[in-house]
Amino acid sequence: MSAVDFEILLQQILNGLVLGSVYALVALGYTMVYGVLGLINFAHGEVVMIGALSTLSAARLLQSVLPGLPGPIVLLLSTLAAIPVCMALGYTIERVAYRPLRFAPRLAPLITAIGVSILLQNIAMVVWGRSYHSFPAYVSTEPFQVFGATMTPVQVVIIVVAMAIMAGLMFLVHRTKLGRAMRATAENQSVAGLMGVNINAIISITFVIGSALAAVAGVMVAANYSIAHYYMGFVLGLKAFTAAVLGGIGNLGGAVAGGLLLGLIESLGAGYIGDLTGGFMGSNYQDVFAFFVLIMVLVFRPSGLMGERVAERA
Amino acid sequence: MSALLEARSVGKRFGGLDALMQVSLGIERGEIYGLIGPNGAGKTTLFNVLTGLYRPDEGEFLFDGAPLPVGEPHRVAAAGIARTFQNIRLFANMSAVENVMVGRHVRTRTGVIGAVLRDSGSRAEERAIHARSLELLEYVGLAGRRDESARNLSYGDQRRLEIARALATEPRLLALDEPAAGMNATETASLRGLLEAIRADGVTVLLIEHDVKLVMGLCDRVAVLDYGRKIAEGPPARVQRDPTVIEAYLGGALHA
Repeated sequence: MSAVDFEILLQQILNGLVLGSVYALVALGYTMVYGVLGLINFAHGEVVMIGALSTLSAARLLQSVLPGLPGPIVLLLSTLAAIPVCMALGYTIERVAYRPLRFAPRLAPLITAIGVSILLQNIAMVVWGRSYHSFPAYVSTEPFQVFGATMTPVQVVIIVVAMAIMAGLMFLVHRTKLGRAMRATAENQSVAGLMGVNINAIISITFVIGSALAAVAGVMVAANYSIAHYYMGFVLGLKAFTAAVLGGIGNLGGAVAGGLLLGLIESLGAGYIGDLTGGFMGSNYQDVFAFFVLIMVLVFRPSGLMGERVAERA
Repeated sequence: MSALLEARSVGKRFGGLDALMQVSLGIERGEIYGLIGPNGAGKTTLFNVLTGLYRPDEGEFLFDGAPLPVGEPHRVAAAGIARTFQNIRLFANMSAVENVMVGRHVRTRTGVIGAVLRDSGSRAEERAIHARSLELLEYVGLAGRRDESARNLSYGDQRRLEIARALATEPRLLALDEPAAGMNATETASLRGLLEAIRADGVTVLLIEHDVKLVMGLCDRVAVLDYGRKIAEGPPARVQRDPTVIEAYLGGALHA
C-alpha cells in the first residue's frame, strides 16, 4: 500500500468514526426505549433535529446579548439550554402519545410514532422555517493533519464527547440503582414492579435520557456539516435505527458497536465505491450503504450482531 | 391476635370460568400454610390476585388488619408480601447478586437525582444494598454464584435465587409457588431446611406445593382448593383423611 493509499484509508476511517459516534448516540436512544417498551420510537430523529435547532436559537440569542463570548462557550451554553428542551420533549412524547397505548396492539404505538414524527417536523417547520440554517463554526473547523489525513477540531470534540457520554451511560446502566431498575424493567416489567420498581417513572426516565443524548447528537451533526434544518432528523433517525438493529436492538453495547460500524461502512463504502465500480458509482451512494446493511441484517441476522434475545426467561 | 393475612370471600372470573369463588382463609403469624389442590384449582390465581397482578372481582385481603392495595404490585410488596413464581421469572441477563439487589428496591430511597449525582448518601445506600444482597445469597446457599448470570444457574439454584430476591423485599409473608417443582430429593430436602430457617427468622410462609411429602412434613395447616373453591382447611394429617379432599384428587385422577 502506498503512502497516499494509506492516507486515504485513514481519512475514511476518521470520517467514519465521527459519523459513527453520532449514529451511536442516536441509536442508544432507539435501543433504550425498545429495551423497556418494545417500541420503535420513530419520533426520536425529530428530537435530534429539535436539539440542533434549539441550540442554534439559543446561540443566536446568547450572542446578541453577549456579543464577545468565545464560540466554544456559546456552543456549550446553548447545548446545555437545548438538552432540557429535548428532555421535556421526550417526556411529553411518551406521556401523551405512547403511555395511553401501553397495552394496545403493537401496531398502534408504531403508527403513532410515525405520526408524532411528522407532527414534530411540521412544528419545527413553523418555528424555524423551511430554509436551511447555516450553523456557525463555534468550535473551529480549521483542518489539521493527522498522519496525512485531515481532521477538524469539531470532529475531535465530537468523538471525545460521544465516547465520554457513552461511557457515562454504560456506568449509569450497569453500576447504579437506577440502571438496575432500567435493566430489570426491560427484562420483565411486572416482576420489576413487584420488587418496588416504579415502572412508569423508569420508562419516563428512559425517554428523558435518550432525548438528552439526541440533543447532543443533533448539535454534533449541525456543527460537523455547518447546517441545520427541520428535515435533518429524518434520514439521520433512520440510519441510527439501522445502527441499533445492526448491533441488536435492545442491547446498549450493540447500539454503540452498530453505530460505529455503520459509520465506518458508510465512509469506507462511499470512499471506495468509485474505484470498485470503475467510476460507475460515486460517493453519492453513501446513503445506500446504510439501508443495504439494514436489509442484509434483517434477512440474515434479524437479532443483530450482539443478538439480544427476543423473549426468554431464566 | 388477628391473622396476618385474611382473605375474605375472594372471587375471580376469567370470561365464563370461575377461577376463584368465595375463597376465605386466614394465615396466622409464624406459620407455614400450605395451599394444595389439583391442577387448575386456582392456587396460582389466588397468588396473582393477592400480589396485585390481577384485580379480584369480589372480596378483599386484609394484611395485618389493613386492606391490601388492589392491582398495585409494588404497593403490595411495600406492605410486606413477596412471592416467587411457578415458572421461574428471574432477570435472566442480570447476575445473581443484581437480581437480589433489585429486590431491595422497595426498601430503599435513592431516586434518580441521587443515582446520577452519586452523593455520599446514595453511595452508602448502594453499599448497604450490595452487602445485604450478598448476605441473602449466602443465606440461600448461593454465595459462590454471585456473579453468575441468572440464566446460567441450575434449576434448583434459580429457585433459591428467586427466594433470595423475594426475601430482599423484607416480607412478613413469603408466598412460594411450587418451590420444589423440578427438584430432586436432595434439593427438596435442603429447600425444606431453608424454609424452616425462614420461618424461624419470623417470616410467615404461604406455600403452593404438589410434593405431598414436603407439604405434610412442613406445613402447620393446609387449605385445599378445587375448581376455585376451598373444600378443606386444617392440619395436614386431618386434611389428608378428609373424604372431600380424597374425592377431589381421585375424581380428578379418574377424569384425567
